[in-house]
Amino acid sequence: MDLFVTPFSSNAFMSHALIAGVLVSVACAIAGTFVILRGLAFIGDALAHGVLPGIAVSILAGFSGIIGAAIGAALMIGGITLITKRSRLSSDTAIGLLFIGMLALGVVIVSRSNSFSGDLTSILFGEILGIGMQAILIQLIGTIVIAIIAVICARPFLLLSFDPEQAEVAGFSVTLYHNIMLFMIALTVIVSFQTVGTLLVFGLLIAPAGAGALLAKRIEAMMAWAVLFGSMSMYFGLLISYHFNFAAGASIILVAITIFFIVFILQNMRNRRVPPAKESNDG
Amino acid sequence: MDSPENLSASLLQRTNQSAKEIDSTSYISASRLNVGYAKEVIVPDISFDLKRGQAMALIGTNGSGKSTLLKTIVGLLPPMGGQLSIFGGIPGSNHRRIAYLGQFHASGFVLPIRVIDVVRMGRFPIHGLWGRMAQQDHEIVTSAMSTMGIEKIPDMPLRSLSGGQQQRTYLAQALAHQADLLVLDEPTSGLDAGGRERYLKAIDDELHRGASVIVATHDIQDEAAICQQVMLLARKVVALGAPQQVLTPEALLETFGIVISGEKRLEVLETKHGHDGGHH
Repeated sequence: MDLFVTPFSSNAFMSHALIAGVLVSVACAIAGTFVILRGLAFIGDALAHGVLPGIAVSILAGFSGIIGAAIGAALMIGGITLITKRSRLSSDTAIGLLFIGMLALGVVIVSRSNSFSGDLTSILFGEILGIGMQAILIQLIGTIVIAIIAVICARPFLLLSFDPEQAEVAGFSVTLYHNIMLFMIALTVIVSFQTVGTLLVFGLLIAPAGAGALLAKRIEAMMAWAVLFGSMSMYFGLLISYHFNFAAGASIILVAITIFFIVFILQNMRNRRVPPAKESNDG
Repeated sequence: MDSPENLSASLLQRTNQSAKEIDSTSYISASRLNVGYAKEVIVPDISFDLKRGQAMALIGTNGSGKSTLLKTIVGLLPPMGGQLSIFGGIPGSNHRRIAYLGQFHASGFVLPIRVIDVVRMGRFPIHGLWGRMAQQDHEIVTSAMSTMGIEKIPDMPLRSLSGGQQQRTYLAQALAHQADLLVLDEPTSGLDAGGRERYLKAIDDELHRGASVIVATHDIQDEAAICQQVMLLARKVVALGAPQQVLTPEALLETFGIVISGEKRLEVLETKHGHDGGHH
């Protein structure tokens, strides 16, 4: 019991980290579900990394990194949309261009400033063990907004994941709801980077929801599994970090990835025992 | 100067005219319509009327323009010339009244979704973002599932089903919409004999309910039985009319000979038909 509870009950920084971490897990579970279902992993990755120059400039100028992250994300999405619309290039080319460009710009800005190196690590890997009440509050509001978007847009998001043409014919504009979805993913990255860092937000977007996709029969169940796996990653990641003095953010992601592969292996063993049903039934 | 009587007489005449032009029972009305995408016309000069309670089959090979025409009708592609009116309005403005079954489903194998959830989506166009699903909606969903014979597997994940059962599920979704116009692209692909039978029965019921159906297929026999009109497509309208008039050996050769033989052969065929006195 001492090993599993005391680190959180007797250290405020640990309990704060866990609260913030669970909120991040909920946001990432919702957004990550659609990242996986709509095949938006690359844009999710690009958003997670492309916000770096925005954050760097923002912090250098003495503002909160969140403002810079929001501007960076808006520039990314706007640029991707513009290049895809105005050229024959596919969106992944546009995403790749902006992603690398923004990342390089971020590193250039950071390298110019000597005082910045400590902050760079915290941007990339988060500062979950130094999280304050204000950051938790921002994370809470962000997570609530993300949940509200997912509830309001449940039908169009389901149709989009099923078949975009079907969504359009059913009267739900694909462009509109796709952009709302991108906004939701961007918001998740923006509010979560303080906790787990820009590099690792992406892992939390796809690993828990990916494991959920292997297990679930419905989108809601996929999200619920993702919340569970994300929160487990937070708890065990923090615990491992506490006892073994590992970097917290990276420990959390390693747990999340480990959970994914455990689910993946168990699922495959089960599928081998039970052959896929009904294949010969209907021609 | 027109006298008031003359004016009202001419107004009356004009009203009569427009009432005649916009036949209220015409669900689809196409006149010299060009369809295509990415600025390329795939099928030019399409003219036809589809009235309430009627069915029409589009027959042709892959790439003949069937899907392009259907997508234009449901508003996924803009018309590239000519006129097209759906329920008297522009395409894409009547989503409550149109059920569309496309040929491909984007993420059927990643998306965790049960059979019943897929069929329920057929009610979304009626209820939009917010509208609550009432008891009646659930009954419609159940009845659509039994029509297609999948009522015993509502909780099965879509991805675990065979191709034929998935197709039955998509058809049940289209039926659950209770639409005035059903636009179906290759609805029998992957269906076994039992599935086809259920499909034909379901379409027959839809027509009796007063709905219209336009269906793309390369399966001539099934559709000819239920359709009043058949359009043979081969990147142009080869023939249009009642099945027994249209489904002649010459027209079928022209429709199905093209993709097999390539464009050169098409020219040869056309010249030959020209010499022989045409293929009409």
